[in-house]
Amino acid sequence: MLLHEKELRRQTFLEQWNLLSLSLPSILVIILIIIVPVGWLFYLSFTGKGGDFSLANYEKMITYKSYARVFMTTFQVSFLTTLVCILMGYPLAYFMAQLSDRMAAVCMLTVLLPFWTSLLVRTYAWLVLLQKKGILNDFAIEIGLWETPIKLVHNLTGTLIGMAHIMLPFLVLPLYGAMKRIEKDMTHAAANLGATPIQVFWKVFFPLSLPGLVAGSLIVFVLCLGFYVTPAVLGGGRVVMVATQITAILENQFNWGAASSLGVVLLASTLLILVLAARFLKLDQVLFGRH
Amino acid sequence: MNWWNRPATETQITHGKRIWLYTLATVIMLLLIVPTLIVIPMSFSDSQYLEFPPKNWSLRWYFEYFETLKWMNATKTSFLIGFLTMLVATPLGTMAAYALYVSGHPAAKAIFVLLITPMIVPVILIAIGTFYAFGRIGLNNTIGGLVLAHTALAAPLVMIIITAAFRTYDMNQERVARSLGASRLKAFMVITLPQIRFSVITSALLAFLTSFDEVIISIFISGGVNATLTKHMFSALRDFIDPTIAAISTIMVLISTTLLLATQFLGSKSTK
Amino acid sequence: MPGPTTALPITIRGLTKKFGSLHALDSVDLDVKSGEFLTLLGPSGSGKTTLLMAIAGFNRPDSGSILFGEKEMILAPPHLREVGMVFQNYALFPHMSVAENVAFPLKLRKIAKAECEQRVEEALNTVQLSELGNRRIDQLSGGQRQRVALARAFVFQPRILLMDEPLSALDKKLREQMQIELKHLHRKLGVTTVYVTHDQREALTMSDRIAVINHGRLQQVDTPEVIYNQPANSFVADFIGESTMLPLKTEENNQLYFDHILVDSVPDQKSSQDWMLVVRPERLFPLSQESIDSDQHLIFKGKVIESVYQGETAFAQVSISEDHQLTVRFGTDASARKFLLEPGDSMELGLNRKDIILIPR
Repeated sequence: MLLHEKELRRQTFLEQWNLLSLSLPSILVIILIIIVPVGWLFYLSFTGKGGDFSLANYEKMITYKSYARVFMTTFQVSFLTTLVCILMGYPLAYFMAQLSDRMAAVCMLTVLLPFWTSLLVRTYAWLVLLQKKGILNDFAIEIGLWETPIKLVHNLTGTLIGMAHIMLPFLVLPLYGAMKRIEKDMTHAAANLGATPIQVFWKVFFPLSLPGLVAGSLIVFVLCLGFYVTPAVLGGGRVVMVATQITAILENQFNWGAASSLGVVLLASTLLILVLAARFLKLDQVLFGRH
Repeated sequence: MNWWNRPATETQITHGKRIWLYTLATVIMLLLIVPTLIVIPMSFSDSQYLEFPPKNWSLRWYFEYFETLKWMNATKTSFLIGFLTMLVATPLGTMAAYALYVSGHPAAKAIFVLLITPMIVPVILIAIGTFYAFGRIGLNNTIGGLVLAHTALAAPLVMIIITAAFRTYDMNQERVARSLGASRLKAFMVITLPQIRFSVITSALLAFLTSFDEVIISIFISGGVNATLTKHMFSALRDFIDPTIAAISTIMVLISTTLLLATQFLGSKSTK
Repeated sequence: MPGPTTALPITIRGLTKKFGSLHALDSVDLDVKSGEFLTLLGPSGSGKTTLLMAIAGFNRPDSGSILFGEKEMILAPPHLREVGMVFQNYALFPHMSVAENVAFPLKLRKIAKAECEQRVEEALNTVQLSELGNRRIDQLSGGQRQRVALARAFVFQPRILLMDEPLSALDKKLREQMQIELKHLHRKLGVTTVYVTHDQREALTMSDRIAVINHGRLQQVDTPEVIYNQPANSFVADFIGESTMLPLKTEENNQLYFDHILVDSVPDQKSSQDWMLVVRPERLFPLSQESIDSDQHLIFKGKVIESVYQGETAFAQVSISEDHQLTVRFGTDASARKFLLEPGDSMELGLNRKDIILIPR
C-alpha cells in the first residue's frame, strides 16, 4: 500500500518555507539596516587605531571622568523623566479607566494626539513656551509667581519637561490597558467584604494595575536612555546624554571607535533592562500604543 | 448638585469627594495637548519674537515657508520619502505578518523577534550605523537609502498592526474559500484583505507618518538636495528660534491630526 | 440539483498524523460509501476534526492514502479537491451578501452569469432562503446563517460534503429541527457526506453509519442501531447512550455470573477471559408484585438510593450490591408512578435476556 510518506513530508516542508519566504523581504531590510550596521559598529568599537582587536575604547569609558558624567546624566534624566511620567500618568490613566467608553475615547485623543505629532514640533513648542521671553515666564510674572524671568530652558528643567511630555503617552497607554483589564467584580468583592474605599484601592486595585505600571515605566525608561532630539534642543548643550555624546564625538573628532563603544554600551543596557523585565512586558503591545 | 453626592465608583466614594482627581486629570490632559496646539496661533503672528497672543496677525511666516526654496525642496523630499516608505513598508509588513501568523513553523517566533529589533535598538545607533554602512555603499544622501532605512522602522509597525488584525479575524474564512476552489493567494486577496482593509490603511498611514516625522536617521543620512524637512527643522531649532518653524509645525500638526482622526474613524468602523 | 450519480466513495488507508509524540490519527482505515451520511463521533481531542481536515486538505497527515473514487487525493491542495465544507462557526464572508456568498464558488469556476444566478437561486430555494439573497450576513439569525453556509457548500455540486460540528452553535430546539432538515437535504442531494460531532444523540439521529473515534483510533464503524445495541468496547458503550457496566465472573463451565446471578455463557467467537455486562437504564424495568419468567429475564434486587422525576420519564438509582448500583429509567404514566419510591425502599429490576450486552473488559 502506498502511504506517500515522502511526498507528504516534502509538501509540508515546501509549504512552510513558501509561507515563511513571504517574510524574506522584511528580513533582508532589517539585516541591511539594523543587523549589518549595528554589527559593524560593534566591530569598530573593539578595533584599535591599527585595525587590531583592542579594548581601548571601553577602557577610556572607565578612566575618563567625562564618560562617567554622561552616563550619570543619562540615568538621572531617564529616572527623573520616568518618575514624572508615573506621577502624572497614573492619575490620568486611573481617571480614564473609570469613564464610560465614549468619554474615555475622547480623553484618549488627548493622549494620542501628542503621540502622533512630530516630536520635533512638540520640542519646538516647549522651546517657545519656556524661553525667557516665553509665555510661561510672562504668565508667571503677571500673576506674581516670580518677579524676573527664570531660565527654564537650555538646562535640566527644560529637558525634563519636554521629555516627560513626549514620554507620557508611552506610560499611559499600557497602564490604561492594564487598568481596563481589572475586573469590576474584584473591587466589588473587596468592598462587599468590608474594605474601605482607600483599602480597596491600595490592597486590590493598585497591585492589579502594577504590571501595567511596570511595563509602561520600563518602556519610558528605556526610550529615555537613547533619546536624542529633545535633550539636544531643550538641553542646549548643558544636558549631555549618551546619544548627544555619540553625535558630538562623531562631529568633533570623527572617532568611530569611541562613538560605537558608547552605542554598544547603550544597546547593552537597553537589552539588559528589557530582558530582566521580559516577564512584565508584552513588547508588541507596549511598543506600539494600541490597546 | 445631585451628581456631586452620587457614588462615583462601586466603593461609594462620591463625585464630590474625588473632585481633586478630576481637576488633576484635566490639568494633565491640558498639559498634554495645549503645548502642541499653542504653536498654531503663534504661527500667525507678524512679530520676529513669538508672542502669545500675537499683537498683529499675519501670514508672514507662511509666505516665508512657501517662498523659500530650501523649505519647499525639503518638504517635497519628505513627502516623497514618506509616500515611498508607505508603499514599500505596507506590503512588506503585511506579508511578514501573514507568513508568521499562518506558517506555524518553529522559526516564526525567532523571525518575529528579529523583525521588531528596530523598535528595541536605540534609534541613534541605527542612525550612525546606517550612516557608516551607507557611506561604504554610496547610499547616503539618496532617496533610496532613506526609504530603506525608514522602511526598517515602519515595516515592524505594520506587521504588529496587521498581526493584531489577524488575531480578531476568523482564518476559517480563508479555509472555507480554499475548500470552495480558491487558491491561497486568491483567498487572501478576495476574502481576507477586504476585511482587514481598515487595519491595512491605518498601518499605511502610520508608516507614512513614521517616515515623515523621523528626525535622527534623517539628520545623518539625508543631505544636499535630498535633505528632509525634519533635518532642516532640527538645525534651525539648534541655531535660533526661527518663527518659520511655527508655520511648518502648524502644518505638521494638521497633517498628524488628520491622520489620527482618520485612523480613529476607521477603527470605530472596523470594530463594528 | 446534483443527483446521486455525482457522489463518490472515500477510501482512507493507514492515515497517521502525529503532533509531537501524540498520535492525533493512528493508522486510520475507513471506507465511506458513495452517497452515504457518515458521522465521525468522539470526544474533543479524539482526532475526529483532524480526520475531517485531512479529507478537506487543510491538515497534511504524516502518511496514508485518501482516495475519492479511484483517485488519490492526499497530495492535492484543498482548492482542487472539489469538496464542499461547512465549518462550526459557518465562516460566512461578512463583506458579501447572502447571494454573493453562495455565488462565490461558482464565480471561481467562471460559470456564466445567467447560470450562476439560476443556481444560486436554486440553492437558496433548497435551504428555504429564496427571499433573503440580498441580505447582509449580520442581518441573519443563527439558523439562517447555517443554511447559507450549507447552500454555499453544495451549490457547486461537490461530490463530497464535509461538515464540522455545524449545529453546535444553535440552541437545542433549532438544532433538533436542523438535524431533520439536514437529513432531508442529504437524501435530496445524495452526496457523500462526512459529518463531525461530539453529540451522540445527533449522530444517532442523522447518520447512515457512525464511526466512533477516540485517541486517534476508530473504535467501531457501524449503523446507529448496531452501535447502540452491540457496542464493540467499553468506550463505545460508555460514550453512546447511558449505561452501567457490571463486571462478570467466568466460572469453569464457561458461564458468566454477576453476584450469583447467571447472566450468559461466554460468547464463543472471542477469547477474552473477562467480560462486562452493559445495562442501559431504559432497557431495565421495575418489577411489580406479579412475578416474571426468570428464564427470559435477569432479576436484580436492591434498595433505592434516589429517585428523580423528570417529566416524560423518571429514573431511580438502585444499589444492587456493596459496590454496584444500577440506574433504571421508566415512564411516568399512571401505572408506573408507583415506582417513584423513597430512598431505602426495596426495588426489583428486570432485564430481558435479549437485551444483554456483553463486552470484553
